[in-house]
Amino acid sequence: MSAASLIAVPWKTRRRRRIIWISSAFVLVALAMAGLSLGDAAIPIPEVFAALFGKGDSGTRLIVVGWRLPRVVLGAAIGAMLALSGALFQVITRNPLGSPDILGFSAGAYTGALLVIVGGSVSTAALTMGAVGGGIASAALVFALVAWRGAGGTRLIIVGIALTAMLGAVNTMIELAADDVVAHTAAIWGAGSLNGIDGRWIPVILVTLLSGGLVIAALAPGLTLYELGEDRAMSLGVRPVRLRISAMLIGVVLLAVTIAAAGPIAFVALAAPQIARRVWRSGPMPFAASAMTGALLLMFSDLLAARLFAPTMLPTGLVTIAIGGLYLAWMLSGANRRRR
Amino acid sequence: MTTLATGGRWKLRRPPDAVVLPIVVLLLLTAVAASIAVGSRALTFDELFAALTAPTGTETDLIVRDVRLPRTFIGIAAGSALAVAGVIMQTLTRNPLAEPGLLGVNAGASFAVAIAIVVLRVGDFGATMWFAFLGAALASALVAVIGGVGRGASIGRLTLTGVAIGAVLSAATAALSLIDPHAYQSLRLWGAGALGGRSFDAAVLTLLVVAVGLVLVVLIAPGLGLLALGEDTARALGGQVGAARLGGFLAIVVLCGAATAAAGPIAFVGLLVPHALRAVFGPDTRRLLIYSALAGPILLLGADVLCGVLIAPRSIPVGVMTAFLGAPVLVALVLSRRVQAEGAPS
Repeated sequence: MSAASLIAVPWKTRRRRRIIWISSAFVLVALAMAGLSLGDAAIPIPEVFAALFGKGDSGTRLIVVGWRLPRVVLGAAIGAMLALSGALFQVITRNPLGSPDILGFSAGAYTGALLVIVGGSVSTAALTMGAVGGGIASAALVFALVAWRGAGGTRLIIVGIALTAMLGAVNTMIELAADDVVAHTAAIWGAGSLNGIDGRWIPVILVTLLSGGLVIAALAPGLTLYELGEDRAMSLGVRPVRLRISAMLIGVVLLAVTIAAAGPIAFVALAAPQIARRVWRSGPMPFAASAMTGALLLMFSDLLAARLFAPTMLPTGLVTIAIGGLYLAWMLSGANRRRR
Repeated sequence: MTTLATGGRWKLRRPPDAVVLPIVVLLLLTAVAASIAVGSRALTFDELFAALTAPTGTETDLIVRDVRLPRTFIGIAAGSALAVAGVIMQTLTRNPLAEPGLLGVNAGASFAVAIAIVVLRVGDFGATMWFAFLGAALASALVAVIGGVGRGASIGRLTLTGVAIGAVLSAATAALSLIDPHAYQSLRLWGAGALGGRSFDAAVLTLLVVAVGLVLVVLIAPGLGLLALGEDTARALGGQVGAARLGGFLAIVVLCGAATAAAGPIAFVGLLVPHALRAVFGPDTRRLLIYSALAGPILLLGADVLCGVLIAPRSIPVGVMTAFLGAPVLVALVLSRRVQAEGAPS
């Protein structure tokens, strides 16, 4: 707990954070309720509760518990995982833009998963292995090219953009070369979507989120010191190379599992940690708050994607790109103004 | 400081135009010939020749005149337009990574075209081109304002702003195509950047508009050449900095708008071609403009032929191929010392 003692948090900030935690929990519940209740067949909240507790008629129970609950739970968990992954990479690259989707790891994980699909397998385990393998390979490439020494700045980001573009082209070629049915499945999933995600992913996602969260909790003090500067961290007993490798691996696994389940969902990993940092007014990277923000962001985007042009359901990834891209542009314009 | 100089290590003497120009023109003619000759159906030379010189309405004549010629024309127009726009953007922003695809200009044009097709139900190609111009203009203005063009702007921030705005606009375009099943099919192929699928008239119109844009570029070339030396130097030498900027902006809008309306958003041509040429010729802006106009079509038509044969009988959209070829160049550029020296963390 050396990190906590390094950065003393005044009482007022602590109270403010407690209020934010409580209100965000309320928002989380409200979004979950909206997700369970809204849809082509809108179900009133009392009936949603009845269905959740195993009462009410069987049709309603099937819709609420069988169809909508997995989507809500997976949406929240995937949002949290994306945010945690982004938070890890932003710490180890020391760059607010160092998120896995900008650095090209999302595209790489997607390439891995696509190859598995084209190879003829859609089992949960195979998809997950493919995505994790692809994610680690692309991360290793970027780290070998630029990021090894925690290199921040433009180079890292633009190498990531280039890698994303190239892997995106590779992915399109794989989709086009595959036969039509496979290509269609891949194309829908490729936009990043919670539409049609099924309950078989719940155990995989929850286990990954919980174990990832535990490892991050263990790494967090070291990461906080690392953020303050590599030399200072080393003098306090942190081993930067080992820290970078373990954080990178956890980050890639968290991200890759979400991609195996829902396809690449852009910008949540980028935006959630920075939003959490501003809202919670946190100096060091707030991992728990990032996870909460990510969950809220994805649940909100998913609701928007499903209901905005109902009955047409947009892929969730399109909504997060729009929200995240606007956020990024806003962030850049803010940096612009400060500089002048 | 100058981002566009080749650096001090370049020692080889640059080849004279008398040698290079014929080679480039020859390559261009080869690319044009390959583009017309290669396709999903093999045609004999006689059939091709007959279709080009004395069409009688046979099936092969139709294939050549309605499918392959428009395709080739659009490849020539879009290749020239994007490569030249790349040179202008790199000169105006003093950012070696500036490029119509990366800076979101193509995405802006696509979004406007998608709005025209899906929301306003505009079917006519000539009308969609106006929307493409509008979209290109708005997107470049937006990226310029947010990314901070001009002195003190970091390469990274401008590029990132372009990528961010581009991502938002592409997502919006994709959303539009998804909510309208009717527009989905036409927007899907075009959205990946493809040369085919336009009529002969549309192709000729595109060529004409790009030609107008290139004439504009010829008019402002001296000013651009001075701007490449730096704004202060340009002013000191009596250059009309404001006029060159405005002219450059207009040229970018016309060129990118026409290219995108005809072929969809194609990235990296504006990056690949100028940088490849710069390696041969050095930083002379006027030469870069001329050779880009010739070499852009070589790249685009060559990539398109490659797309046709790679997974035949299917075809890869050419925009996918240019991204595949262009991304390594971007990596090489960023890892080179030139860009790093200027690319302060944004």
